[in-house]
Amino acid sequence: MTASYQRPEVRLVPTPSPETGAFWAGGEQGELLISFCQGCGHYFHPPGPVCWRCRSRDVAPKAVSGRAVVAAYTVNRQPWVPGFAPPYVIAMVELVEEPDVRLQTNVVGIEPDEVSIGLEVEVFFEQWDRIWVPLFRPVRGVA
Amino acid sequence: MSDGPFGGKAVITGAGKSQVGRKLGRTGLDLTVEAVTRAIADAGLTPDDIDGVATYPGPGVPDRGFSGASQSELANALGLRQKWFISSSETAAQIGPAIEACMAVTLGFADHVVVFRSVWESTAQMDRGRASVLFDGGELPAHLQWSGPYGGLSAANWLSMPAMRYMHDFGLTREQLGAVAINARANAGLNPDAIFTEPLTMADYLGSRMISDPFCLFDCDIPCDGATAVVISRREAAAGLPKHPLTVESAGTGMFERATWDQRRDLTTMAAHDVATMLWERTDLTPADVDMAQLYDGFSFLTLMWLEALGFCEHGEAGRFVEGGEAISRQGKLPINTSGGQLSGGRLHGMGFLHEACVQLWGEGGERQTGSPEIVAVGVGGGPVAGAMLVSSR
Repeated sequence: MTASYQRPEVRLVPTPSPETGAFWAGGEQGELLISFCQGCGHYFHPPGPVCWRCRSRDVAPKAVSGRAVVAAYTVNRQPWVPGFAPPYVIAMVELVEEPDVRLQTNVVGIEPDEVSIGLEVEVFFEQWDRIWVPLFRPVRGVA
Repeated sequence: MSDGPFGGKAVITGAGKSQVGRKLGRTGLDLTVEAVTRAIADAGLTPDDIDGVATYPGPGVPDRGFSGASQSELANALGLRQKWFISSSETAAQIGPAIEACMAVTLGFADHVVVFRSVWESTAQMDRGRASVLFDGGELPAHLQWSGPYGGLSAANWLSMPAMRYMHDFGLTREQLGAVAINARANAGLNPDAIFTEPLTMADYLGSRMISDPFCLFDCDIPCDGATAVVISRREAAAGLPKHPLTVESAGTGMFERATWDQRRDLTTMAAHDVATMLWERTDLTPADVDMAQLYDGFSFLTLMWLEALGFCEHGEAGRFVEGGEAISRQGKLPINTSGGQLSGGRLHGMGFLHEACVQLWGEGGERQTGSPEIVAVGVGGGPVAGAMLVSSR
């Protein structure tokens, strides 16, 4: 069952580094930018200056489809951040292009108790100043 | 017969614990000095005999109350003449510095190293709740860059996700998690230093408020104030000391994958599995030789991870192993967490398990003494943080 998503009053945002900047800014163009290695052809996360698999330095952010699958999740019930009210779903989602890449995110647009492992989700972005936070919601027509 | 990675040279000669409680209002250094001086006296030594200090995590930790004292603060306070010292957080979990102390005495860098861990998280959070010590405003620290934006500030969040996946893959139930919490509470009832001692029923457990599914309040350990310490000595230097020296038979260290909370290939295993592999590779002893285990329970689920990582049950079987609580009870085939663990004894953060292993091996457990164990396994940490030790009275 879908549920409407309301932007929270507060979201803690990271301080981007030269390596993580693309990930947090890609949403401005509507793109989920994930580090990609030209050497071995694999995506990897978190971003860095070298591919952890083949150690190639020929790495750069590359847009992915934004489709992913919920690999693990929790419904957080405890208030940790004033203005960011529970309950909310924190999930690890695996990219369809590279299941080995997992992003932590919120899965929204669905009742927390309806989320399940294997759920197909897609990215959208929520802007906080110069940060575009990737969030995921059920692929339309699937949930 | 292998004498293990330290060739039988690294022994534990004393152990000490400070006052443990909630909102004690004492400083971390004060608690540390109490635990350390008790451990030194327990070993039959004086501070002048101590020539090494080791601790986790050392300075520079942002969470208030997480680091009670650094290595230099303790050494300066007691005026120690050190031949070797270390503090580290990037090591084999909270007992990593104890393993490093074993290396130091084995190599002759020191004769008697005091190893400590101290916390004052209960006093630090005062009445402002757990969240206040995890993040108190300002820039998100590096370790929260990927989870903080999503409201995942607590390790309860980071570890509940693999727990949910493990439930999905292997049929783990809340009742099985509850068996770990209930066992801890039963043991804490026999420990005069424990924080929570009143009996916990399954109904209490299942009825408590949820923190982060599947973890309820009783799946999470209890922040406290307190310090624990042990003295690790070179065997030759321990001759003539009052207590029977405990041999560190093996140490588990290692990290086979990237140290992250979310990128491990198999979400239902943790660094504990890597560390346990190395623990057993370094000794001729096997899981069947172990009489008792002290297994990290920052969250109940982590105890399950250690049970299977250390080979006490197969991968995926940990829930069924603890079901009903019999196997892990004081009368069971593998008694665990005899002090009440961190779930009920208090979050002494890792070193409490090594302290309790020593107490049990020396037969000093009082009401909670559980048989006469000769070999105790200690597994500490969760997620990408893990270290293990095998200690014997042989």
